[in-house]
Amino acid sequence: MTVVDEASAATGKAAAAISQKPRRSTIADGSTRKSRTVRYILLLLFLLFVLTPVYVVLITSFKTSADTTAAEQWSLPETWTLEPWRKSWDVLQPYMVRSLSLAVPAAIIASLIGSANGFVLARWRFPGANLVFAFILFGMFIPYQAVMLPLRQTYQELDVTRGIPTLLITHVIYGIPICTLIFRNYYATVIPTEIIESARVDGAGLIQTYLRIILPVSISGFVVTLIWQFTSVWNDFLFALFLTQQTNGPVTLGLAALAGGQKVDYAASMAGALITSFPTLIVYILLGRWFIGGLMAGALKG
Amino acid sequence: MHGRIRTWGPGALVLLPTVLLLGYFVYGLIAWTFNTSLTDKHSARPVPTNHVGFENYVNLFGEDRFLNSLKNLGVLTVAFIVGTLLFGLLWALLLEKGVTGEGVFRSVFLFPMAISMIASGVVWGWLLNPSQGDDARGLNRLFDIIGLNFLENPWWTAGNRWTTMASIALPAVWQLSGYIMALFLAGFRGIPDELREAARVDGASEFKLYRYVLFPQLSPIALSALIILGHMSLKLFDLIYAITGPNQFRTEVPSVYMWNTLLRSDMAKSAAIAIVLLAVVAVLVIPYVAYTVRQESEE
Repeated sequence: MTVVDEASAATGKAAAAISQKPRRSTIADGSTRKSRTVRYILLLLFLLFVLTPVYVVLITSFKTSADTTAAEQWSLPETWTLEPWRKSWDVLQPYMVRSLSLAVPAAIIASLIGSANGFVLARWRFPGANLVFAFILFGMFIPYQAVMLPLRQTYQELDVTRGIPTLLITHVIYGIPICTLIFRNYYATVIPTEIIESARVDGAGLIQTYLRIILPVSISGFVVTLIWQFTSVWNDFLFALFLTQQTNGPVTLGLAALAGGQKVDYAASMAGALITSFPTLIVYILLGRWFIGGLMAGALKG
Repeated sequence: MHGRIRTWGPGALVLLPTVLLLGYFVYGLIAWTFNTSLTDKHSARPVPTNHVGFENYVNLFGEDRFLNSLKNLGVLTVAFIVGTLLFGLLWALLLEKGVTGEGVFRSVFLFPMAISMIASGVVWGWLLNPSQGDDARGLNRLFDIIGLNFLENPWWTAGNRWTTMASIALPAVWQLSGYIMALFLAGFRGIPDELREAARVDGASEFKLYRYVLFPQLSPIALSALIILGHMSLKLFDLIYAITGPNQFRTEVPSVYMWNTLLRSDMAKSAAIAIVLLAVVAVLVIPYVAYTVRQESEE
């Protein structure tokens, strides 16, 4: 299985494969009651391991600063307070607004471009299309450090203030490869070549074919790329650090500032970590199936 | 000929903006970075700069700090890949036959992937507090509470590179094992039932079934996972920034060193570090991209 195969699986197929109930074999499945118990105990232990940080974040975020002494770190708050939440919300609120106004349009624009590109690369091919595909694909693997310095300089020379608008453009551009890849493989799996051929025979042009045949069946592709893009833009720190400032940056910068520095307010930092994670967590909880699809396709983009 | 251009022309036209954009923002800017790395632009002052060939690279590879960051990166990558593959495969194995509540386990194991590395770094920075003994905090305090005091350790402040970088790898393993589990789980579920049944009819033991029948089917997935994880680890930045801050020599990797160098306005050196990082990633990724695209065109 290659990345590209995974991406074609992305749009539901893989997610479905995972959630598929394993079939009850007619022949004994080889597990005894004892081995099943052992399996359960192990799973529960791992569950504890994964959830430990969640417990810590939750309890700490409701503690008063007097309550966060070393000895009390793992106990429930003696007095529950919303103060850390209020405090970190006051700091993070403008960042949250900026991140939202960044991540939503960045996801939509990159997805639209990706859909058009993907359609052409999968079903309206031209000579050299594979070369173009490789050209695009490489763009999603590069460490962005390799473009960061001249990128800053480009925006400087264009004399635009570095802030959310430039960050938005940046995320759209570097999001195009992954969206193109996802859509290309999606269309290659769900759109039979014959349909396109017959549309062409009927004299339908590229735009007509795209609008009438492709777009109506693209919804699941869009769900995957929108979720993927939204999550990675929301969680991005590297571009934010290089291309914006504390005063006009997105939420990851805000959280880093809140939780950094000399005298850290742990309760407020933990509340802040939760607040900034809410949007992506909600997406994950509501659309988890599709989220997995995006992960399958997009994991190569760090 | 004219007719053929009319059929594929519009398609090429659709891709033209993307090709131009990426041509500039990916390839053009990489060339620009490379060019900067060959100059002596070591300060923000607007003095004229000269081309100095590969001097910056020669200096880098003769410098303890850069070599230290490369070694850190190597250790981090090994610890991260081994840990993630181990947990991911183990979780997939435990879930693969189906257990009650499988959906819950899967969702919990996967959820850390939805969180930014900055947010998880804030939490793990707290958990990996180096204080021990009476003053123990974070995980060390937890070890103390449950009676596993011998596990207490200074985490990333330890003197030795392996403990230090493994402590940085731990949160990354926490965050990405679920993803590897999902990959392997999809792989297991994709293997036709007949294969298992045939092996069982032939009297193969469970161990032999996995060793000789199921695992070989998963090796392409394992390769993908290896490349995905390897390239993530090479680029890791946010987590280190959030846990230790960017100014820690003992956890510094090239991506962090590049940022520190930029803060001192040493453009040329910063660019050289970025290009080395790109080269390391490219060695891993280019064969893979080439292989992927070639396979595609054979279909």
